[in-house]
Amino acid sequence: MNTPSNLKYATSDEWFDPASGKVGITDFAQSQLSDIVFVEILVDEGEDITAGKPIASVESVKASAEIYAPASGKVSKVNKGVVEKPELINSDPYGEAWMIQIDGGTAGDLMDSAAYEADSASRAH
Amino acid sequence: MTFIPTSPAETTAMLETVGVKSLDDLFDAVPKKHRFPKLNLPPALTEMEAAAHLSDMASSNENVRQDLVSFLGAGAYNHYVPSVVDHMLRRGEFYTAYTPYQPEISQGTLQAVFEFQSLMANLTGMDVSNASHYDGATATAEAVSLAYAQYRGKRKRIVMSPALHPQYRDVIDTYTQGMGVETVGDEETNLTLSPESLISYIDDNTMIVIVQYPDFLGRIFDYKKLIDDAHAKGALVCVVANPTALLMLKTPGDMGADIVVGEAQPFGIPMWYGGPYLGFFTTKKSYVHKMAGRLVGETMDVRGQRSYVLTLTAREQHIKRERATSNICTNQGLLALAASVYMSVLGKDGLSEVANLCYQKAHYAANQLSKLKGFKLFSSEPFFHEFTLQCPKPASEVNQYLLEHGILGGYDLGNDYPELRNHLLVAVTEMNSKDEIDALVEVLKEM
Repeated sequence: MNTPSNLKYATSDEWFDPASGKVGITDFAQSQLSDIVFVEILVDEGEDITAGKPIASVESVKASAEIYAPASGKVSKVNKGVVEKPELINSDPYGEAWMIQIDGGTAGDLMDSAAYEADSASRAH
Repeated sequence: MTFIPTSPAETTAMLETVGVKSLDDLFDAVPKKHRFPKLNLPPALTEMEAAAHLSDMASSNENVRQDLVSFLGAGAYNHYVPSVVDHMLRRGEFYTAYTPYQPEISQGTLQAVFEFQSLMANLTGMDVSNASHYDGATATAEAVSLAYAQYRGKRKRIVMSPALHPQYRDVIDTYTQGMGVETVGDEETNLTLSPESLISYIDDNTMIVIVQYPDFLGRIFDYKKLIDDAHAKGALVCVVANPTALLMLKTPGDMGADIVVGEAQPFGIPMWYGGPYLGFFTTKKSYVHKMAGRLVGETMDVRGQRSYVLTLTAREQHIKRERATSNICTNQGLLALAASVYMSVLGKDGLSEVANLCYQKAHYAANQLSKLKGFKLFSSEPFFHEFTLQCPKPASEVNQYLLEHGILGGYDLGNDYPELRNHLLVAVTEMNSKDEIDALVEVLKEM
């Protein structure tokens, strides 16, 4: 399982990059969901969001998941690329598959990579 | 297999667990005198007597097969149903209308649904079709749900044509209760306005525009301009279409419609008593994730053979719960099969022949009727197999007079449009012979 150490993680399996403000879902989350076929971003550029608010909805072949904001702030960008190619979440969860970018984001109660690895390992099946 | 779920020992154990002595104790909240009220029933009948009694009651109905000549349509149409349709429906393999709970084990059911979807998408000029809805009205209401979900509840306005089927508009009102949406456009009482008059209602808050094709008054309009203008405002457009008419007309897909729905009863399903019918729902690929209902897809199994699966199920409410577009997962599987068999048996040429017969006969009837003193066509717009006829007296009186002559007249438009109380909506299908049409004209001439 890939868990980059420069990112922060939410228990609901989102990552937040404090440097860029980008948000996405983790490698662990994509592997649990399996083949992702649909992504809908639920917030618009310029919208103020608070940590814990749903920002996206993801459907895989057999499951559906809500994605929550790991940080509060203003949405500066929405990634249309991932909406057009949802499979990017499976192939590149920390790169091309970022979902939104938060301007001046203040992180919620997030874990570092070691803590998230331990947390997700305890939930793996 | 027994369907008695509990044994007496289990019942006792459950009663003990919840702390009551008997099953009756569970009904304490219902006053004793209301539990088994004395019913005013006649003495019991034997099976033979009951059968005779029911048959006697049934024979007091008048039907369009033997008793009456019908020119009634308004959403349900009297077409010929080839006998093979019924033979297929009665096969045990198909008789359970639901998609099975382990769907992929029933390849035949899935294939039938897949064929239905393919045929409907082809007919409407759209990319995808779902496995069907209860009827045309609920399919139309589901189009509203799609639009609402597409804009995530941020757009609140529905623009409806006043010439959309009144009952469909009622069902939309029922569906959208509590959603905080507004419906506009259909309160217009001037029914001679063109569809473009709806454009003034379309704003940046409009999620969907709904029109009918041909419309409820039978008129055929090209909705291209309306659709282009709606799209310019970011709104979706739903066209409610008659499937028989689509065999002859430009498809709503060609006009740019986003969603095409309608009632597929004309395809192999008798009029019965207003149901069960068959709603169809087709849309563009880009909206498939917001589409309600079941969807069958074609794939390859591990042996490389063609096979069928329920696909994109994660958008459905049993997985997506409250975030799903709709809580409808049901389809009219058996009736979708009827429509598929109907379309397959008639084939492209046969279906076109049905459409052509309807068209020619309706135009013959309209031509003859409009020659009668006091009668004329409400509109000069093109029509398919149904048209609005202005009469010299209230349509209700005309219908009563026709009924006395064994003719089920048209639909009394005064029911829904007070200003059209002298207007009959007359439907003519391949079932109406020239003699029947001539008889209608003759009877009205002497009214």
